[in-house]
Amino acid sequence: MSTTTARDLADPAPAKPTPAAPRRGLRGSRTLNFWLFTGPFLIGLALFVYVPIGWSLYLSFFEARFTVTPEKFTGFANYTYMLTNPDFVGSLGTFTVFAAFIVPTTWALSLGLALLVNRLRFLRGFFRSVFFLPTACSYVAAALIWKMSIFSGVRFGLMNTVLDWFGVENIAWLADPSPPWYWVVIVSARLWLQSGFYMILFLAALQNIPGELYEAAAIDGAKPGWQTFRHITLPQLRATSTAVVLLLLIAAYQAFDEFFNLLSKTTWGRPPLVELYYTALGENQDYGAGSAGAVILTVLICAVTLLQGKFLGFGKGEGTT
Amino acid sequence: MTVTVPRARESAPPRPVRRHGSVLGNAGLYLATGIAAFLFLVPFYLLVRNALSTDAEITGEHWKFFPTDLQWGNIGALFDDSSVPFARSLLNSTVVAVLHTAGVLLVCSLAGYALARIPYRHANKVFYAVLGTLMVPTAVTFVPSFVLVSSLGWVDSYRGLIVPGLFSGFTCFLFRQYFLGFPKELEEAARVDGLGYWGAYWRVVVPNSLNFFAAIATITFINGWNSFLWPLVIGQDPSAWTVQVALSSYMTNQTVVFHQIFMATAISILPLLFVFLFLQRWLVQGIAQTGIKG
Repeated sequence: MSTTTARDLADPAPAKPTPAAPRRGLRGSRTLNFWLFTGPFLIGLALFVYVPIGWSLYLSFFEARFTVTPEKFTGFANYTYMLTNPDFVGSLGTFTVFAAFIVPTTWALSLGLALLVNRLRFLRGFFRSVFFLPTACSYVAAALIWKMSIFSGVRFGLMNTVLDWFGVENIAWLADPSPPWYWVVIVSARLWLQSGFYMILFLAALQNIPGELYEAAAIDGAKPGWQTFRHITLPQLRATSTAVVLLLLIAAYQAFDEFFNLLSKTTWGRPPLVELYYTALGENQDYGAGSAGAVILTVLICAVTLLQGKFLGFGKGEGTT
Repeated sequence: MTVTVPRARESAPPRPVRRHGSVLGNAGLYLATGIAAFLFLVPFYLLVRNALSTDAEITGEHWKFFPTDLQWGNIGALFDDSSVPFARSLLNSTVVAVLHTAGVLLVCSLAGYALARIPYRHANKVFYAVLGTLMVPTAVTFVPSFVLVSSLGWVDSYRGLIVPGLFSGFTCFLFRQYFLGFPKELEEAARVDGLGYWGAYWRVVVPNSLNFFAAIATITFINGWNSFLWPLVIGQDPSAWTVQVALSSYMTNQTVVFHQIFMATAISILPLLFVFLFLQRWLVQGIAQTGIKG
């Protein structure tokens, strides 16, 4: 529209004026338009994504406490500190346990719900909405309901009330790490929050399975139920299943909200991001060590994503982060 | 995508197999679904019950199914309490979620369109620069991002809350994929009418893509409203808290007032329930199309 903005954003274009000039009109206007359209996004991407990554690489090699313009170069000291820090290494263990619980359970529950809803003839939309509704809640809201009501460690918590009917003693769900009941709280909260979302993905995939397959199977004598599920539905859902597992893993890796709110002020059950939060923004404000931790986590997640892509056959741009 | 979904739905019911499923089987199906639905609704029940009870009823000796007198006064009490600036946090969340959504749509759709449709020699290199950022989840880089934003002096400001989150490589990628499938004929017609790329984009491409924009907008708004980590890091002063940070602070308050906490949570969820009830079509479409939140 206005040529002034266009020229500002088209910064890189004037660097090579010669190739654009001879073919006048089209090529020139394409280049200009390309930068006009992508300019705002790319500037922001550079400033708020690439610069922070670069800066954190830089900080990770310095002693940077309470300052972001450090002077004391310390080489790999921050890295060795983080990698030998039992809290940080422990947080990776916490993530592993969490992923081992949450990935299979969410996968199974969301697939189960999708199968149920897909079979319904009446009230299908209603039930779909019910299972989907928790997606509207934030992790903070869910953590609050879980901590203050369902899994409240005192007598009037819902779970303890129900257990009391069966004569079971009160359980301190979150306040006591042994036995680690807090996993029940954390996993059930996330299950409630995200199963409906993945159910939608499975539903869409289920509806894309051609009906002829089931007809052919029936003719071949396959019994409806387990046999058709095992030999037709499940293989047909393979692509969606692997995508869901990958998404679940990445989401688990970034878990923060519910851990932070459910287990505030405790020293157990800290996943990597919570640990980083306390390292970099806690009392010590150790940006150097925090940055080193962020770099380590980034490298890990890149490695996992690439490995998964290799083994599960994800092509570029299949739309799964 | 939009083409496959309706067609799939027509061919969907593989029902003939199931027709001899007995009445008993159907009852079992509805029983299982019903129990699951009941369990999914329990937290909502607790939320409403506790929000409208007195604390004595919540903590009473025997479980009270529902308060005898609904305590609507709890709403007023919540806003009167000055220890947590709840009204301010609602305002902050509204501003942040709305501007976040508008900004993401504008910036990412323009870039996505250019990557899909404007031929330029180095477009591929630019595209890879965008794809590369998908490898690094933004949540993991919150430490360096905070360092940057704080050195810009943007802590405790709307700018700091909103701007860094606008440049989503993933949303840009989604727009590119969508525009790759946008009918070329429409743009060519616009070109014949003498419109340039910019004019064609605003007069032809955007008006014909409103469904897709609505789907992305719904998901982006929900994520903006519900996000917690970044607002927690940036909102150091209570006046800059979003509603999620305010809720979190209720939990760590010295004195716990149960009905207050639950009323605050209920109110914080209301806008999104509205989105769910009235925009579910776009939301479901958006999820099916994108396969991911944010």
